Amino acid sequence: MEVVVGMKKEKMEFDETELRLGIGSTKASEEVVRKRGFSETENHDDDDDENTTMDLMLNLSSKEASGEVDPNDKIKNLQKEKTLLPDPAKPPTKTQVVGWPPVRSYRKNMLAMQKSSTNFGDESEKNNAISFVKVSLDGAPYLRKVDLQMYKSYSQLSDSLGKMFSSFTIGNCESQGMKDFMNESKLMDLLNNSDYVPTYEDKDGDWMLVGDVPWEMFVESCKRLRIMKGKEAIGIAPRAMEKCKNRR
Amino acid sequence: MNYFPDEVIEHVFDYVVSHSDRNSLSLVCKSWYRIERFTRQRVFIGNCYSISPERLVERFPDLKSLTLKGKPHFADFSLVPHGWGGFVYPWIEALAKSKVGLEELRLKRMVVSDESLELLSRSFMNFKSLVLVSCEGFTTDGLAAVAANCRSLRELDLQENEVEDHKGQWLSCFPENCTSLVSLNFACLKGEINIGALERLVARSPNLKSLRLNRSVPVDALQRILMRAPQLMDLGIGSFFHDLNSDAYAKLRTTILKCTSITSLSGFLEVAPFSLAAMYPICQNLTSLNLSYAAGIQGSELIKLIRHCGKLQRLWIMDCIGDKGLGVVATACKDLQELRVFPSAPFGNQGAVTEKGLVAISMGCRKLHSLLYFCHQMTNAALITVAKNCPNFIRFRLCILDATKPDPDTMQPLDEGFGAIVQSCKQLRRLSLSGQLTDQVFLYIGMYAEQLEMLSIAFAGETDKGMLYVLNGCKKLRKLEIRDCPFGDTALLTDIGKYETMRSLWMSSCEVTVGACKTLAKKMPSLNVEIFGEGEQADCYVEDGQRVEKMYLYRTVAGKREDAPEYVWTL
Repeated sequence: MEVVVGMKKEKMEFDETELRLGIGSTKASEEVVRKRGFSETENHDDDDDENTTMDLMLNLSSKEASGEVDPNDKIKNLQKEKTLLPDPAKPPTKTQVVGWPPVRSYRKNMLAMQKSSTNFGDESEKNNAISFVKVSLDGAPYLRKVDLQMYKSYSQLSDSLGKMFSSFTIGNCESQGMKDFMNESKLMDLLNNSDYVPTYEDKDGDWMLVGDVPWEMFVESCKRLRIMKGKEAIGIAPRAMEKCKNRR
Repeated sequence: MNYFPDEVIEHVFDYVVSHSDRNSLSLVCKSWYRIERFTRQRVFIGNCYSISPERLVERFPDLKSLTLKGKPHFADFSLVPHGWGGFVYPWIEALAKSKVGLEELRLKRMVVSDESLELLSRSFMNFKSLVLVSCEGFTTDGLAAVAANCRSLRELDLQENEVEDHKGQWLSCFPENCTSLVSLNFACLKGEINIGALERLVARSPNLKSLRLNRSVPVDALQRILMRAPQLMDLGIGSFFHDLNSDAYAKLRTTILKCTSITSLSGFLEVAPFSLAAMYPICQNLTSLNLSYAAGIQGSELIKLIRHCGKLQRLWIMDCIGDKGLGVVATACKDLQELRVFPSAPFGNQGAVTEKGLVAISMGCRKLHSLLYFCHQMTNAALITVAKNCPNFIRFRLCILDATKPDPDTMQPLDEGFGAIVQSCKQLRRLSLSGQLTDQVFLYIGMYAEQLEMLSIAFAGETDKGMLYVLNGCKKLRKLEIRDCPFGDTALLTDIGKYETMRSLWMSSCEVTVGACKTLAKKMPSLNVEIFGEGEQADCYVEDGQRVEKMYLYRTVAGKREDAPEYVWTL
């Protein structure tokens, strides 16, 4: 992992020009992309208010920000993104605004509910023999897949992921560094200091913080992993933690 | 004008059925107005705030059927904050107080409380039909009241409502002597129901033609129900989850063979993989198929099923069918009139459905007149081809998931494509646009869309001219809804008389200012001009130069409404 840190220091200046696919996208649209990352985690259990099915998108809508976000910015962001895309052939970054695409909230809720229940059905049939999940690391050009059944603990998983992503240029990582980011014992410290937050999507479609529940429970409920970085992590992690606490 | 006695004129009026025709009758002369109002039985009110309940009751004492719509259309997409309005209680109260013998109530996008349902159930002896679409505010307790008290209930149709489930026994509240049910749809209910009560209800309802179940009804119960109701024409299956090797499944397959009357199929909220083969025997009879909530059906299974559906006229599916699947639809379903393709994930399956699927459909399904199509991309060439192949479109709604995406082949806006649609489809009444669009598309719409009644615009246009082309050109425009477009005060104020000819105008995240809205409201007392943000206090809008987040204006004879929440400022 030390190798990673060294490489990062040298390559930091390549951030701006680096081609990025997947979740970690151009910096200018980071904020907007954050919304996308959570589009699939519509939490319809906790809130009666229809508006919050948009989940984290509300963080950037005028509701909470009381006028901070100028909706013109959405248009500007969209236009900006068009000019930032180096190659029209690449799939364009999808922006996410309230009410787009125009699908009835009822329909969105139904599908979200069905997704989690059908997944459950599939797993019980497979007897949990294999459970490959996607792992995305913000800033990495592509995703990886790991079989969670291969590991017995969080630290084993963390070691393996570290090796997997060590060859990528991650970008800014001033503090603790990659090596510790998923170490169970240091998670709580890292939340406050680190730029990296390991999260996972559970069966219900919620994004949870890695490390809260016993390993076996984690394996059973984890559908995909996302290692979030930087500003996106701030404000998200505490919320994810709150959800975990509420569950208990 | 009156060469005949009133009775004769009344008899003639009986043949005049459509709302607009009856409205015209009432405008001819005072005498016809009087006769018409006493014989009118069905009233449609597209905006519940355009008239007061008292006025309705006063004018039409013989009212039997009322249709009401509440919130603006964009409320479906969470653009209208909670508590905005659309309460049905005052209507039911006014109707109950009067001598109106209400038999049918159809509501869309309204807030319906349990109290309203209870009052409804107790007030009208002959009440027959309750249809609630996209409503909220009630629980299964309200449904229990309707079931228990409406002795001649024929229809209870709940479509896509947010219902709080109290897990009570509402179904058991249908009395034993209730045998009049023709249509029962509770697919949107999330909770358990009393299966035994359901089966008994079906058994004593010989006229039951339409039954849509929720996911809590297991397959063995479904099988028993189908045995009891071979006369069913419209079936909505909740759960189709079962072991393919079980006796229950084998029994079901046999029973389905007997269901030769079923022409409409929907639901499959839960599906076991590879189980749809049980449905093949009835596919050939289907004219309507709605699998848009069947997340568990894979594209390949879907395609296999549709191959059997040669008579299909209406098809609602998800985009997992893919372009190839749409090609199969085009080959198999020559009678198709209405197609809706919904995204199966928030941003759809990557590349699942594109312009290719739509072109294939247009080539095979020449009778197509209604389309709702969510896709990843669209090209001008495709739209031009579709316009040529299908000139009969009445409703054309295209939703490109990336809202401002240009034609990927030419990188041009989609102006020409939509222009071709409006030019070719002379009967077009409803249009929704998406993709990258300049003012040019609005010029085309203004020039050619002569029958257009409803237009939905998002992230489109460049200047005020765009909106003005539409307002000037579309003489029959009734509803215009605009979001995130650069249209401002000039566009809003140039032709204010136009708004009196329309039902409503919605503009959100545009360039309209408080001052312009105030001016408009002052000059047009027959309009309610409401402005609001997201749950903020109304008095945050202090300066005239401030941009308005959301504006909704509508014509009304009822004046300013009393039930607006604090964040709504009626100017």
